[in-house]
Amino acid sequence: MAILWFWIVAGMLAAYVVLDGFDLGVGIIYPFVARTEEERRHALQSIGPVWDGNEVWLLAAGGTLFFAFPLLYASSFSGFYLPLMIVLWLLILRGLAVELRGHVHDALWRSLWDGVFFLASTLLAIFFGAALANVIRGVPIGPDHYFFLPLWTNWRTGASPGILDWYTVLGGVMALVALAMHGALYLAYKTEGALLLRAHQLAKALVVPVAVGALVCIPATVVARPHSLENYTAHPASFLAPLAVVVSLGLLPRFIRAGRALAAFLCSCAFLTAMLCGAAAGLFPVLLPSTLGSAGDITLASAVAGPHTLRVGLAWWSLGIVLAGVYFSIVYWLFRGKVSGYADTYGH
Amino acid sequence: MDALTLHRIHFAFTITYHYLFPQLTMGLALLIVVLKTLALRTQDERYNVAARFWARIFAVNFLLGVVTGIPMEFQFGTNWSEFSRRTGGVIGQPLAMEGVFSFFLESAFLGLFLFGEKRLSPLAHWASAFLVFLGSWISGFFIIVTDAWMQHPVAYRLLPNGTYEVSSFWGLMMNPWAWLQYAHNMCGAVVTAAFVMSAVGAMYVLQQRSGPYGRIFLRTGVIAGIVSCTLQVFPTGDLHGKYMAKHQPAAVAGMEGLFHSEKGAPIVLMGQPDVENQRIDNPLAVNKVLSFLIYGTTAAEVQGLDTIPRDQWPSTLPLLFYSYHIMAGLGTYFALLMAIAGVLLWRGALERTRWILWPLLLSFPLPYIANTAGWMTAEIGRQPWLVYGLLRTSEGYSRHIGAGTSLFTLLGFLGMYTLLSVLWVILVWTAIQRGPEAPAEGHTTAALAS
Ligand code: HDD
Ligand code: HEM
Ligand code: HEM
Repeated sequence: MAILWFWIVAGMLAAYVVLDGFDLGVGIIYPFVARTEEERRHALQSIGPVWDGNEVWLLAAGGTLFFAFPLLYASSFSGFYLPLMIVLWLLILRGLAVELRGHVHDALWRSLWDGVFFLASTLLAIFFGAALANVIRGVPIGPDHYFFLPLWTNWRTGASPGILDWYTVLGGVMALVALAMHGALYLAYKTEGALLLRAHQLAKALVVPVAVGALVCIPATVVARPHSLENYTAHPASFLAPLAVVVSLGLLPRFIRAGRALAAFLCSCAFLTAMLCGAAAGLFPVLLPSTLGSAGDITLASAVAGPHTLRVGLAWWSLGIVLAGVYFSIVYWLFRGKVSGYADTYGH
Repeated sequence: MDALTLHRIHFAFTITYHYLFPQLTMGLALLIVVLKTLALRTQDERYNVAARFWARIFAVNFLLGVVTGIPMEFQFGTNWSEFSRRTGGVIGQPLAMEGVFSFFLESAFLGLFLFGEKRLSPLAHWASAFLVFLGSWISGFFIIVTDAWMQHPVAYRLLPNGTYEVSSFWGLMMNPWAWLQYAHNMCGAVVTAAFVMSAVGAMYVLQQRSGPYGRIFLRTGVIAGIVSCTLQVFPTGDLHGKYMAKHQPAAVAGMEGLFHSEKGAPIVLMGQPDVENQRIDNPLAVNKVLSFLIYGTTAAEVQGLDTIPRDQWPSTLPLLFYSYHIMAGLGTYFALLMAIAGVLLWRGALERTRWILWPLLLSFPLPYIANTAGWMTAEIGRQPWLVYGLLRTSEGYSRHIGAGTSLFTLLGFLGMYTLLSVLWVILVWTAIQRGPEAPAEGHTTAALAS
């Protein structure tokens, strides 16, 4: 049961990264690819009806984590206190920017929110990447299961790292390029004209940095957390994840060159999912490793909630997730196709 | 200030601010469904225009509700980690259900409701409004189940590792406290929406703006106001109070300022609690009413604070007393105001009666105050317990987060929310000034088609 919930939470987080990832990505590349007012409007319209729903995956995953693994939720959320609060402020600013930009017809007002949208999206991508890297590398968990991480120490991994060290910064940069590419592929799929062209060019240009990044991250992870290899050798099936990374990265340039925007975008979704699965497989059954020795690790067994909680949870969760799937299908179906096609019915 | 106090203020400030928005959106969602239903029934396009106008105001408030709600979901872990660790197996459940069952629903159909009017049939558009309403009311339900469990824990089991888990799912969902609280709270949300709608209507009529909308808003707002203000006091507030007297006697004694147990206890309408000397200064009291309100007979004995060990007294007693009195006092005023407005409406004289339009216009902030005061009553009355009888507030906070760090992020939220307040005023005021008949301006961005 605990294993099932591990993969449920991991799956919800992956859904969050893939879905909110593309609207974060749109924010990152927004000032570069969308130059005229009309292009900016189209870029925003492409994510307008869906961004909030995408963000709900983060909340739902957080809630699920809370009740399935209360100890992990308590320890990690308090330990990462400051960076989480910064993430919250960035999420607030970004939500405002997406929605309020078009509210007042004034060039200065719009430039302000354009800037906020870009900055908040970029920083969020970096923070999320660094957060994942923190979880992989481990944190100094004390005997009472809690920890407090300073933002930085000496930039090295080891027993008492900071939230930012060389490894987590690498993770942040990796997330930034990967999501920028993801967003570019989405825009190329949803828009037309010069915007499409620029998004397409950018996506093409970003494939190489993403591939290099992915190849650097794998050995870096082994250096930062030597244990991660053990899981792979113990469960050779885990090698499917890196394999999927390579395959999806190999296919991407072909689809982009062939102009198959949807296929390329889905390929990027597969790439992100495979990266996350690879990370999860390297951790399992540890949820949050301790840098002070594996006795301090927060594991599946130590964090999981009571059996009855998990059993009832499964019943309503299954129902809820089917419903959520239905809502998402309806919305994505109604707002299918290129943005310009539904621009006329936008607004009242 | 010590870390515990700062964590409490941190949570109290962010949740109080968050709730300023859902109380309007939950109430307004219902009133928008009413307007859309009238439009379908009468085929009168004016109701659609009215619904669209309120949808714009709804969208601004919804956005602020969303961005201030996300921090709430995180703060259990960041500021109350020990509480989360011990009780996550219970309260994590309704919180996660809120995300899965209501936020997905709301976020999906709000987009359709705001942008889909032209691509959906009228019936489908009505349905999208209804689903937004449903989503927001389900959201309120799950959050109240969470809070109610903290007020009145039921259906739990203590595990060997010191954490709690649910022992019966239906027991948790059917917590009587939750249903009483839900009824009272949702009614309060409708009160807010009714006052806001009547205030805009009154303003349009006083400004002598042409067009039918002032009248429509006034009528809809006042009718919703009469119903919700009545239900707010009776039966929901009354029943909730009676149930509390049974299960949280310390809180009720604090709310009423009853230091000593008494047969035929008086109700104190006004006064200032003096905790040191255990008395109420300058009391304005009516004999025997409290006994009657709680037990239905004037002779019954009401338990005072003297029967309760001092370390279980609500920790900020005067604030509890004032919060409760502000809520109940305003509740009485609301019921009276709406009753008078209702009589005038029935007689067809409401629009001409300026002495009632002015109070209707000026009273719209008061339900916000009453709702906030109500929550302060509930939450301060629960002290010193975080989970009543099970976990003290002083045991639940994040010990690893120092007072300085907590103050830092509290200041950050203060700054951020000041910005939000300024934006809120600008956006809502612009929407009201432009009015329902303003043409759709541009096909601007996402959710706030203005
Ligand atoms: C418009 C808002 C509003 C108004 C006019 C009233 N209330 Fe209220 N009240 C609330 C809004 C509210 C609330 C915000 O909805 C609370 C806070 C927690 C809750 O569930 O509802 C609440 C809580 C609350 C509680 C429980 C506190 C606890 O759970 O510890 C009681 C006993 C009452 N109310 C009683 C009354 C009475 C007797 C009223 C009338 C005279 C009244 N309320 C008017
Ligand atoms: C919108 C409505 C709410 C308001 C205005 C509100 C207000 C407050 C206030 C004033 C406090 C501080 C009490 C004190 O320390 O003396 C507090 C504490 C707290 N509330 Fe609420 N609350 C609301 C809803 C909720 C809900 C729905 C939950 C649970 C799901 C909740 C959980 C908590 C927790 C965990 C604390 C901190 C611990 C404590 O001080 O008891 N609150 N809230
Ligand atoms: C500690 C308590 C609370 C938490 C953790 C919380 C969490 C959240 C979150 C995460 C959102 C954003 C959802 C989205 O992205 O769509 C939200 C919005 C909302 N919340 Fe809260 N909330 C709390 C208190 C309350 C209370 C007390 C109520 C009402 C009874 C409430 C009702 C709503 C509603 C209706 C929304 C939808 C947005 C809106 O209408 O403004 N919440 N909340």
